[in-house]
Amino acid sequence: MKKRVEFKNHQREIFHFQLRLVVGIGFLSVLLAILLVRFVYLQVARHSYYQTLSESNRIAVVPIVPNRGLILDRNGVVLAHNYSGYTLEINQNKTADIEATINDLSTLVAITNKDRKRFKKLLVESHNFETLVIRNRLSDEEVARFAAQQYRFPGVEIKARLFRDYPFGKKTSHLIGYIGRINDTEVDQLEENDLAANYRGSDYIGKTGLEQSYESDLHGTTGIEQVEVDAGGRAVRMLSRTAPVSGNALVLSIDAKLQEIAEQSFGNYRGALVAIDPNNGEVLAFVSKPGYDPNPFIDGIDTQSWDELNNSPDVPLNNRALRGQYPPGSTIKPFMALAGLNFHTRTPEQTINDPGVYYLPGSSRQYRDWKAGGHGSVNMFKAIQMSCDTYFYGLATELGIDNISNFLSRFGFGKKTGIDMEGETSGLVPSQEWKMKRYQQIWYPGDTVSVGIGQGYSLVTPLQLAFATATLANNGLAYKPHLVKEVQSPRSSENRFIAKDPLYDLHIDPKDLDLVRRAMVAVTQPGGTAVYASLGAPYHIAGKTGTAQVIAMKQGEKYDVKNVDERLRDHAWFIAYAPAEQPKIALVVLAENGGHGGGVAAPIARKVLDYYLLGKVPKPLADVEVKGGSEHD
Amino acid sequence: MTRRQFWLRFIAHLDRQLLLGISLLLLTSLLVLYSADNASWDRPLNQMRNIVVALAFMWLIANLPLHYLMRTAVPIYVLGMVLLIGVALFGDISHGARRWLNLGVTTIQPSELMKIGVPLMMAWYFEKHEATLTLKNYFIAALLLFMPIVLIARQPDLGTSLLISASGFYVLFLAGLSWRVIGGLFVAALASAPVLWSMMHDYQRHRIMMLFDPSQDALGNGYHTIQATIAVGSGGILGKGYLNGTQTHLDFLPERTTDFIFAVYSEEFGLLGNLILLSLYSFVIWRGFIITSHASTYFTRLMAGSITLTFATYAFVNMGMVSGILPVVGVPLPLISYGGTSMLTLLLGFGMLMSIETHKKLVKS
Repeated sequence: MKKRVEFKNHQREIFHFQLRLVVGIGFLSVLLAILLVRFVYLQVARHSYYQTLSESNRIAVVPIVPNRGLILDRNGVVLAHNYSGYTLEINQNKTADIEATINDLSTLVAITNKDRKRFKKLLVESHNFETLVIRNRLSDEEVARFAAQQYRFPGVEIKARLFRDYPFGKKTSHLIGYIGRINDTEVDQLEENDLAANYRGSDYIGKTGLEQSYESDLHGTTGIEQVEVDAGGRAVRMLSRTAPVSGNALVLSIDAKLQEIAEQSFGNYRGALVAIDPNNGEVLAFVSKPGYDPNPFIDGIDTQSWDELNNSPDVPLNNRALRGQYPPGSTIKPFMALAGLNFHTRTPEQTINDPGVYYLPGSSRQYRDWKAGGHGSVNMFKAIQMSCDTYFYGLATELGIDNISNFLSRFGFGKKTGIDMEGETSGLVPSQEWKMKRYQQIWYPGDTVSVGIGQGYSLVTPLQLAFATATLANNGLAYKPHLVKEVQSPRSSENRFIAKDPLYDLHIDPKDLDLVRRAMVAVTQPGGTAVYASLGAPYHIAGKTGTAQVIAMKQGEKYDVKNVDERLRDHAWFIAYAPAEQPKIALVVLAENGGHGGGVAAPIARKVLDYYLLGKVPKPLADVEVKGGSEHD
Repeated sequence: MTRRQFWLRFIAHLDRQLLLGISLLLLTSLLVLYSADNASWDRPLNQMRNIVVALAFMWLIANLPLHYLMRTAVPIYVLGMVLLIGVALFGDISHGARRWLNLGVTTIQPSELMKIGVPLMMAWYFEKHEATLTLKNYFIAALLLFMPIVLIARQPDLGTSLLISASGFYVLFLAGLSWRVIGGLFVAALASAPVLWSMMHDYQRHRIMMLFDPSQDALGNGYHTIQATIAVGSGGILGKGYLNGTQTHLDFLPERTTDFIFAVYSEEFGLLGNLILLSLYSFVIWRGFIITSHASTYFTRLMAGSITLTFATYAFVNMGMVSGILPVVGVPLPLISYGGTSMLTLLLGFGMLMSIETHKKLVKS
């Protein structure tokens, strides 16, 4: 009996157990189904997504920065080049206490206060994943010293980089400009222009001068290296490589030696000089004084040096040749004379009497000639030669402002020349409309009188005046001024020439031109205002002096150099071209606060002309050799 | 005794089907390890040694008559408890957890011993009180389970304590714990989740949080899950091919010879490989259930069922963790992952299954 019960229990127990096992199997089947669904989801439905993730895990695209194009003068002298050197760089993410690290580093490598200040500035501007330069151009000895101690500085590394260098420094600063680290605004611009991809890995971009204007040529095409990387970011093997293409080289129309001589001829004067070959618009020298050393700008100039440059009363950062706007003074007179002849306002033979002062009809306001007592009986030729103000007061009044602004605009005054450098200003040729718009005032006859001698509202840039002078020298056939002669591609011989064809022909009557040109030669001959300019020159110089007032004189007040602050003295102008019969060079010299054009500006012009036409090197410069950059490349 | 007779006796207690399934899984292990170790023989050779040792123990246990097996239950359990308490008091700390006990000659991880010890003890206890099972007995059995779990969870080793809980729960379940109590426990577990949460270590909470959004911590704890999921997903249907897994060979997969070896396998062999692996596991588990249903005594039924279900749970938890549906709890893929201890524990379990299968005729009257 008992056995039967036990047996029954046993059977029931087995049955219950088997039931539980089936439940267990059912449970496991559910788990199995979950896994299967998950696998199908990951490996079939989402396969391409994970495939992409896996590929991007594995493949890193490393940009290879192209070498920036060289900048050479017309004779192949290097004005901007690259050299390889070592920098000491700090990775801010891997460095806990940057200040302490720099202090430690300074025991191994010389770190100046300027380096520290520059680094701080970079730190503020930087994105936090960048490594930042604390020292440039390490010597071999410094590299070795640091390498031995490197284990102490986990976030500090030495990198080999290509550096930009401007061997002429100050002398070409306004011409070449400089490159600098790409800032946020420039990043936005690059993205807007779809250039961001080509700048991956690039740290620098042209900021001013030709470096900026020809950025698209100089930068080159970034190469790409696809490498397989492991989880630690180490490259395991290269998958593909597209070589970078170096930037195009610029061959300038500038003559470096001429540029150097022009720069040094200024001595301590501030000012600008632009020399142009009138036959093709090639700019031969492009000087703005004072210059600045562009080299410290490349890796971020320190705040102190920047403030010094920025706050200097000499405004060394201002490109006077391109952007400086000054009253043209008497240098406008040859163009006024051409206007008078063009509109038949005056004949060449017509004479006026100059008592030393001019009155508008029915007015008692005095317009004085620069020469007290006047020049007596003056015709157009003599008026230019002696720079007679009274003659041009009358001429301007007779021409009227409409004719004047119309004619001067044709010579390029009041508008940008279109030179191949960014940032040009347009000067000002005043007109009735302009004055109404600007001052809500009507044009008074007195306004026209001042315009006649290049004062009043008139403003020109040295470049504009040089362009107009070159056009005059070329008998009205204008060539657009350009600094770059040729853009050389590193890959092929397909070189691009800049502006070979003439811009336009003003179609000036040859008789009119002949008179004005003869008068301008007379300017540099005895009886002219710049007689010293051509003293002993074996060629003829056509020129015109000018004086641009910085402060206006009150009625009846006399300008006396001794009573005027140095920086308020008149600016000296001299425009010239030579040889007068067959001009090869036209130039403009502006010496700020230099007084009379004939005294200061003309001798500077003479030195430049002598070198360009005769190969004559001025005495104090004789031992200065033109530095070439070839030993660096 | 001829050589043939000797051979027959040698294999007499080895279950052929189970052995076939296990052998195929072990071969897979060596194959995948070679790839996971970047085509080096270091780990595969070590693993081979682990396998040989574990197989020897499996053979030994398989040949052990069941009453011996039963007799080991109490000593193993007591030893395990003593060692666990020892670990809690004097254990070595590694990776922030106190899991290892340094015995001078060797370091051991007592929690591993309890993977066998706990179900063994519980099955022994139920066998003892088979005739007069009341709710009280279930309660005591639960207590036998609870004590080591608390000690292990405190180490902290959440993965192992959960797996031992599972194996103990399977014993309770198979022993006929009433559905009402199971339902009650389930509700209680849900209710106690917030309490458990508050008791967890930060890193444990982190792992669970991460399951819901691994990208939240893509470079920290989420990294494991993200990279493993990428490996599995990028494997596709046919896989990238043996030794061609980029996630594996470029070091993106962490712990790819141990807990994450399934990602290596899945990346290189794809969905097809996964189906084959699941089939192999299913075959072994199926055989385990057959043995369980054949088992002659209460003790052996409970033991065999628990071992089989636990093995299945290990496999599911690991694959679920690697494919991103379970938190990263540090459970190796059974029979595949590199490591001697887990290999030994697993094969000891299979040895017991074989012993249960091959000694049943002797027990049956």
